Amino acid sequence: MSKYVIIGGSAGGIGAVEAIREVDPVGTLTVISEETVPQYSRPMISEYVSREATLDTMKYRGDQFWKNNNVQTLTGRTATKIDFTKKQVELDGGDKIGYEKLLIATGGKPFVPRMEGGEKDGVFTFTELSSAEGIEAKLEHSKSVVVIGGGLIGVSASEALVKRGITVTLVELKDNILSLILDKTASEIAEKVLTEAGATVITGQTVQRILGKKGNEAAVGGVVMTDGKEIPCDLVVVAIGVIPRTELVKETDMKLNRGIVVDRFMRTNIPDVYACGDVAEAHDFLINGNRLLPLWPLAHLGGQVAGYNMAGKKAEYEGGTVMSSLKYFDLPVIAVGNVNPEDISDYEVLVELKPEKTVYKKILLKDGAIVGFIFLGDLERAGIFFRLLKNHVDVSEIKDMLLSDDFGIVTLPEQLRQEMFVVN
Amino acid sequence: MIHWSVYLFRNVYKRVCWLFYGNRLPYAYRLWGANTMKRVSVKEEACIGCGLCQVYCTVEHSKSKDPIKAYRREQPRPISRVRVETNKPQSISIRCQQCKNTPCVTACLTGAMTLDKETGLVVHDAEKCIGCWTCIMVCPYGAIKPDTLSKIVVKCDLCPDREVPACVANCPNEALVCEEVTQ
Repeated sequence: MSKYVIIGGSAGGIGAVEAIREVDPVGTLTVISEETVPQYSRPMISEYVSREATLDTMKYRGDQFWKNNNVQTLTGRTATKIDFTKKQVELDGGDKIGYEKLLIATGGKPFVPRMEGGEKDGVFTFTELSSAEGIEAKLEHSKSVVVIGGGLIGVSASEALVKRGITVTLVELKDNILSLILDKTASEIAEKVLTEAGATVITGQTVQRILGKKGNEAAVGGVVMTDGKEIPCDLVVVAIGVIPRTELVKETDMKLNRGIVVDRFMRTNIPDVYACGDVAEAHDFLINGNRLLPLWPLAHLGGQVAGYNMAGKKAEYEGGTVMSSLKYFDLPVIAVGNVNPEDISDYEVLVELKPEKTVYKKILLKDGAIVGFIFLGDLERAGIFFRLLKNHVDVSEIKDMLLSDDFGIVTLPEQLRQEMFVVN
Repeated sequence: MIHWSVYLFRNVYKRVCWLFYGNRLPYAYRLWGANTMKRVSVKEEACIGCGLCQVYCTVEHSKSKDPIKAYRREQPRPISRVRVETNKPQSISIRCQQCKNTPCVTACLTGAMTLDKETGLVVHDAEKCIGCWTCIMVCPYGAIKPDTLSKIVVKCDLCPDREVPACVANCPNEALVCEEVTQ
């Protein structure tokens, strides 16, 4: 029996532990984690592969984190079943732990499509330390790699491998890389930067099947593209996306959509059970509804909110939206919200492009409020725009100033400015 | 971690302090550091947009601490943590406001940005920072700056070596104030 039980020890679980301990320093707290190093930063695995970070420097919290917070950790263990009526979590090996408040922060798992040759030695995903370690072990004897998926994870994997001197071919099914985050112009700039760094980018195609090596059919030797062309390679990294790990609560009364549906207090429809992070469908302040947003900062924020509520302090999740900052290949980009609307005629678009300085800024307005923006090259004031977007502030009066170099808090209407400097 | 009984004792102590002193917090109480924190605020009407706060911030965060060397010779060039914004006739000097809800700490991917519970300050660890720019995205003041050379961010640290931060000490019009606010 433990007062609080948290399944998952990554961003969400850690956020919850911190919040619970802020309110309740004594209640028993158990964290169940499949991984043996539960507190590392997942976004840093590309730094690990590129050797810019070590296992030690990629820790999200210190070694003593669990001990200092008086947490009983069950690492390397898997929760296999939850009994909501008896309020019990069953672990592999048959142990049972009772709970008063439960948080499901199981995260997401990389989506790997069924593909001929997908089981071969040398096919990896790129979201966990174990896969990074697997890649690391193979790199010495590898010369080239094919990365499937030109999203955030695919690009970060490509960067890490390029830095290690590996020949990288990035394959993206859509016409542009990073198509969920960037618009066409920004994506073309990113593609150019990738190509200049030495990676090959192939768009509009995907990998049809994976071939074996000559003399060793069990190992990866190349891939066949949709157009039939063969690309020889030693490794394949699959980075198509992540899907929520809802298997624990399938076939229960829990309300599921694509992920576990939670309210603004991170509660599920079952009493005393909360969810957060990649497994949950939580609030999006832009669409004002629930949505899967598998992003590290939002997982941590959601975990915090869940933790406060579990410990009895009312807290409301302010929500997130599509929001990414990229640093790969030394191209700084921040992109938030809806930057690729289907029907552009409903929107007002402000654009500034300075190719010689690699600066590109785009702001989309709808009904006077900012609904999306891309800042590429010059990031410094992006946070001000993020706040305006989040709070649906009407900016029609200062519209002409938004892209000016002098734009800042000083440009905002006086009342808004006053609000910001009130002690909060 | 501090034992829970210490929290309890502190709370009782706090109540007693308030009972006797009200707003005038005693030295012992401040020494404990649990309840007040430094913060720099700007009087908009007094700011003339001269930019000296930027200059002194740059110098304070340089290796040489000498204005001419800092601006002309030092490599990498030191970066000001302060930004002066002008929209004539209005001007304002912006820096980290040490928010209580700490969006940058929550968003940080690596654990480089932390909230020091004792001082109430948001602290940035340059060693842990990988320059992912996530904190810049969520800072409502745009107060975190990218250092594109070192590929990490920099922010106001309230000049740990000084009693009063350099920008405040050198503001010619006393537009900048360093105040102790309750946490």
